[in-house]
Amino acid sequence: MTPQTDALLRTRVLHALDDVTDPEIPVLTIADLGILRDVRVHNGVVDVTITPTYSGCPAMNMIALDIETALARAGIENFHVKTTLSPAWTTAWLSEVGRQKLLAYGIAPPQEGSGRGSLFGTVEVACPQCGSTDTSRLAEFGSTSCKALWRCNTCREPFDYFRCH
Amino acid sequence: MVTNTISVSETPQVLYALRRADDALILGHRLSECCGHAPTLEEDMALANIGLDLIGQARALYTLAALREPSLEDGRANTEDTYAYLRDVGQYRNLLLCELPNGDFGRIIMRQFLYSAFIDPYWRAMMKSSDAQLAAIAEKAEKETAYHLRYTSEWVIRLGDGTPESHARMQAALDFLWSYTGEMFDTDEAEAMLQAEGVIIDASVIHDDWRATVQTILDRATLTLPQSAWMQKGGRSGRHSEHLGFLLAEMQQLPRSEPGAVW
Repeated sequence: MTPQTDALLRTRVLHALDDVTDPEIPVLTIADLGILRDVRVHNGVVDVTITPTYSGCPAMNMIALDIETALARAGIENFHVKTTLSPAWTTAWLSEVGRQKLLAYGIAPPQEGSGRGSLFGTVEVACPQCGSTDTSRLAEFGSTSCKALWRCNTCREPFDYFRCH
Repeated sequence: MVTNTISVSETPQVLYALRRADDALILGHRLSECCGHAPTLEEDMALANIGLDLIGQARALYTLAALREPSLEDGRANTEDTYAYLRDVGQYRNLLLCELPNGDFGRIIMRQFLYSAFIDPYWRAMMKSSDAQLAAIAEKAEKETAYHLRYTSEWVIRLGDGTPESHARMQAALDFLWSYTGEMFDTDEAEAMLQAEGVIIDASVIHDDWRATVQTILDRATLTLPQSAWMQKGGRSGRHSEHLGFLLAEMQQLPRSEPGAVW
């Protein structure tokens, strides 16, 4: 194996991983979500590194399995999928494309500059349906670990908010 | 396949990881018992999600313990599953606070609040650990515990400063749980060694921060801090309440009776 063939293989791997999505938010690829940390190829051996959004994220095993399936389907055989915790995933890892996809899917994306400051301050969340910022939080913990349940006071629709982290 | 109780070589590093992992697993398990039983659907989801975060943290800590434990005489190594399923009561190292039965919703919330107000600043301080893997676990955990603290604080205020009935229940929960909070700040020789090496922080430095958070929230909740300074202890060295055995019996029944069972 030469560095050139390794580079080519890496391109094939990245292409194959474009089809791997978060099982709970199927519009987001693992790259959009920012949980695909690293793809390294050395002497024909592929190392894919992913990171969990939450410690107990039940989707991690399934995502690892989906990656293995996608690579095998692309005819890539020699690979390892590893998990890393550091640097910890935060919503800052979510790509701009990812944020747009979330909004189009009806999930309010996390607020910019999210972190501890905004966690305990007041956040303004726009309704993904009508755009109104007159919204209120119904529940801190929503349908998955990464979402909270909100309601729009203008169009009265409930919606998911991707929690800042 | 291991079917019987395992032995654990408790070096200071292993003991430390097991203590923190056991806290998270046992409290996470208690929260999982609420699944389908919380007062409303939203609170059911919240408690289950907090439990899930804790069990996720426990898995990372058990995996670290397994990595650090010297291999056993027969060459076998412990895993996150053998630690969780194949240790008996006396081998568990969790805080007594974490194993106490749920009781009513008020007590579940108060227990979680008292623990979260401690563990949130604790993990934040542990991000500076000289052990890169512990620091990584802390960095992940503190983002989750921040939410646990906010959620429980809101409920403590709402119920404490609520109806006479909810106020009385929250005060009773606080009075009942108070003597179990001192153990969080205890330290021993094994931990002192790790502290000297910069691997862990001295939990007692969190005490003032914890006390201030608790006081602030209890004031807003119109609840009164108990006066008693006498504190329970024993969990860290394996001396537990009668309740832990029943919890483990339920949690371990399947892997012990069907060794090697998989989904």
